[in-house]
Amino acid sequence: MTSLAIFGADLPYWAQSLLRVLGGAVAVLLPAGTIVYLFLFKMMSFMQSRLGPMEAGPYGSMQLFAEVGKWLQKEDISPTRADKRVFRAAPLVVLMSTFLLVAVVPFGPDAYFTDFDAGVFYMLAVSSISTLGILMAGWSSANKYSLLGGLRAAGQLIAYELPMVLSVIGVVIQAGTMNLQQIVVKQNSDEIFGWNGIGFPYILTQGIGFLIFMIAVQAELTQTPFDMPIAESELVSGYMTEYSGFRFLIFFIAEFATAGVFALIASILFLGGWGVPFSWFGWAPAGSHEIDNWMNVGGPLIMLTKMMVLTGIIMWVRFSYPRFREDQLQRFAWKVLIPVSLVNIMITAVLKVAF
Amino acid sequence: MLLASGVLATDIEVAQTVGFGIIAALMVAAALNVVLSKNVVHAALSLVMVMAGAAAQYLLLAAEFVAVTQVLVYIGAVMVLFLFGVMLTRAKLGKDTDLNNNKGWALGLPISVLLLGVMVYVLIDGFDDTRISGSGAGKIGSTANVLLSDRIFSSYALPFWALSFVLLAAVIGAIVLARKD
Repeated sequence: MTSLAIFGADLPYWAQSLLRVLGGAVAVLLPAGTIVYLFLFKMMSFMQSRLGPMEAGPYGSMQLFAEVGKWLQKEDISPTRADKRVFRAAPLVVLMSTFLLVAVVPFGPDAYFTDFDAGVFYMLAVSSISTLGILMAGWSSANKYSLLGGLRAAGQLIAYELPMVLSVIGVVIQAGTMNLQQIVVKQNSDEIFGWNGIGFPYILTQGIGFLIFMIAVQAELTQTPFDMPIAESELVSGYMTEYSGFRFLIFFIAEFATAGVFALIASILFLGGWGVPFSWFGWAPAGSHEIDNWMNVGGPLIMLTKMMVLTGIIMWVRFSYPRFREDQLQRFAWKVLIPVSLVNIMITAVLKVAF
Repeated sequence: MLLASGVLATDIEVAQTVGFGIIAALMVAAALNVVLSKNVVHAALSLVMVMAGAAAQYLLLAAEFVAVTQVLVYIGAVMVLFLFGVMLTRAKLGKDTDLNNNKGWALGLPISVLLLGVMVYVLIDGFDDTRISGSGAGKIGSTANVLLSDRIFSSYALPFWALSFVLLAAVIGAIVLARKD
């Protein structure tokens, strides 16, 4: 692990760890807040021909703080017959999955939490932990709706995890590495048949993979076309029914923070991540330190832009489409997405050997 | 004495050893809860703790690929399916009275001692007093992953295929058993 140095001074281990934890908190909470305000409050309102929150701050920009303040003041209620310990632990398990996810996301040449070599594999593994938290929440609430919602969520997450895994394999084959940092470097230093104007973002060759990945992300986040597990009109919000106060807030934050983190990962895998094509600066990867330093500041901003575009698409789809029926949802995953992604892997492997 | 057998104080990695101790203690407590708990779901969740502990131990051994596989396969898939099945069929809240996990525990005692004996024998027989270099030995990850995949698809290709066929047969068998028509 390279030691973190700020202004030339090497920090002790505890200070590095503290900085990493703080950085992780910022990388989880900042996108979550931005997504909720920009898309959930404002974009949804404009799409429905209304203004949305306008009172708190200019254009309602302080609404988020008011909401958080409201949730934190609420009483911490749990049903009498609920399994208290599991009930309390469930939202934390879901949020933990989000924090574990952000740990492998690289934001710049040196701006990463950990340079993990099995990064893609790790990302797919820890994203499945949230299923466990949802099952725990559904079961421990002592509520039929919650249990049904939890079971539906588990069935859906298992079904859509497979296309997600399979769609990423194409990128891994093309890059020849599972390290997310290396995947970014590859995309920005590769050339398209000798032309190096825009690097080689994998969306050009893995367009199908990108599409499947985004659909799977939509389903993993239980956003609207796939919101059977939390269908508020028939299941009264499914596994979240009995939660209130800050435990509901944790579920809420985890949902939108995970949307942000998945968008970051999608931008790394398919859109070139933090980088701009290296040939613009005549920059060999990790060569000149001056550009390295600039990219450590610029990289996170580029990532944030790409993340906002991708979460914008996720939210746009969420506000536009009606809900899938349970059997349609399962059939779509098993009979359409998985076969298509398998064919994609096969074609990618053949082309990789051919070129 | 340790120093007499050529082990220097600098060879002992304090942080890793302390971490191993804490995680191992948690794993033992969770494992006991798996068999002693009066609630099926609590037992299953304790099993998740044991699996997560095993993954953490793999990470301490710098075997990150195995650790991630442990999380993906056991926590993300096996335990989720397990809990799914339990919750779909029988998952009472609170204590389950017809959970007879106390009968015949005496039989388990010699078996577990025997298993422990076999494992200890194999470990001592296989590794003797070889010291495995710690996490300080340069960059382990990428080479480890490459080595692992090279081994699987070259020298261990045949066992890998055999295992794949067994799994395929099991999947088809499960479908045949589950289908009513």
